[in-house]
Amino acid sequence: MKNEALYNYVLHLGDDSLILGQRLGEWCGHGPILEEDIAMTNISLDLIGQAMSLLDYAGEIDGQGKDHDALAFLRFEHEYRNVLLLEQPNGDFANTMMRQFLFDAFRKPLYEQLVASKDVQISAIAEKSLKETKYHLKHSSEWIIRLGDGTEESHNRVQNALDHLWRYTDELFSESDLDQSLVDAGIVPSMSEIKIQWAETVRSVLEEATLMIPTNNWQFEGGRRGVHSEHLGFLLADLQYMQRAYPNMTW
Amino acid sequence: MVTKETILSWLEEVCDPEIPVLSLADLGVLRDVEYLKNEWLITITPTYSGCPAMKTMEADVLSKLKEKGVDDVRVELVLSPAWTTDWLSEEGRKKLRSFGIAPPEDEVDKSVLFAAPTVVPCPKCGSRETKMVSQFGSTACKAHYKCLSCLEPFDYFKCLK
Repeated sequence: MKNEALYNYVLHLGDDSLILGQRLGEWCGHGPILEEDIAMTNISLDLIGQAMSLLDYAGEIDGQGKDHDALAFLRFEHEYRNVLLLEQPNGDFANTMMRQFLFDAFRKPLYEQLVASKDVQISAIAEKSLKETKYHLKHSSEWIIRLGDGTEESHNRVQNALDHLWRYTDELFSESDLDQSLVDAGIVPSMSEIKIQWAETVRSVLEEATLMIPTNNWQFEGGRRGVHSEHLGFLLADLQYMQRAYPNMTW
Repeated sequence: MVTKETILSWLEEVCDPEIPVLSLADLGVLRDVEYLKNEWLITITPTYSGCPAMKTMEADVLSKLKEKGVDDVRVELVLSPAWTTDWLSEEGRKKLRSFGIAPPEDEVDKSVLFAAPTVVPCPKCGSRETKMVSQFGSTACKAHYKCLSCLEPFDYFKCLK
């Protein structure tokens, strides 16, 4: 029998990478400057690569012969386990960078802890992905500071993005009952440790960016249970089009 | 029966599709060659998770060995230990420079924001007066620089540790 807890956890890690990778890919050809166009698609490529490793592993745990393509292209909305933050539309560049920063600041300490996982495959994927994530966090942090401490226009836009996206941040740290068994087994870290590190990174970068953490702390959640916002369906329609229109097509 | 050394020497002819002067061994992507039961197992590791060249490298290894008459080959991709630019051979660094790509330099701590970027000498004129244009370049493994002396843009094979 498959390990349901491990399957769910790995699927959720893979879906987070996949959905954000897809969102960033939407910037291809639309970046505000060429260098940023290339940067966002490079980061997208890293995330899609991580998603391939993670979803392959999820398929292996599932034991029904599904590979990353089957999992990425042939599920319905409610079967995806990504957090709501990552499926939110790109909006302007400030919004995209804020979403990226809030996620990178979470992913880096998470991968750091997952390197020590007792599950060798999770550890290997985390070790590989951590090196890439450090570059991502540096990139998004620098943009948050540059935009926040920049012109009145850039400051307002990035503050608006923060006000809008803040409501999706608690979900990053949500833990299901199933997750607890993995924490006890030393396979994944407890989210409370990750949240402390995330909060410190977010506080220091936002402070330097002269941005204010929203006082309204109303929070949304649902993605990790498969309850998504309306945006995911549109994203998947784009992502899955070729496989749905031409089943089993390959490059 | 061919030896491991022979296989390795044949694989010297398999190059990175994006940087055709570097063999997989120079790049540090080729991790191991061993004979198991009745097949050769070639172990490779990706530079970056999403590197699209990995599939091509795998196919190139298979077709090179097939061309040499070795059919029983399996290529396996491993993630750990994770690839680092420390594995680029000295020979590989020289080849990169002559190809116009600056090899990786020891880099400043990535946790320091807005740190002065690493000084990367221009692979064309050797000047140290260069400027990073973007941390992300033409492929996942490169950053984009330009030389302030000869004014040429160039790729920098960025440090990954």
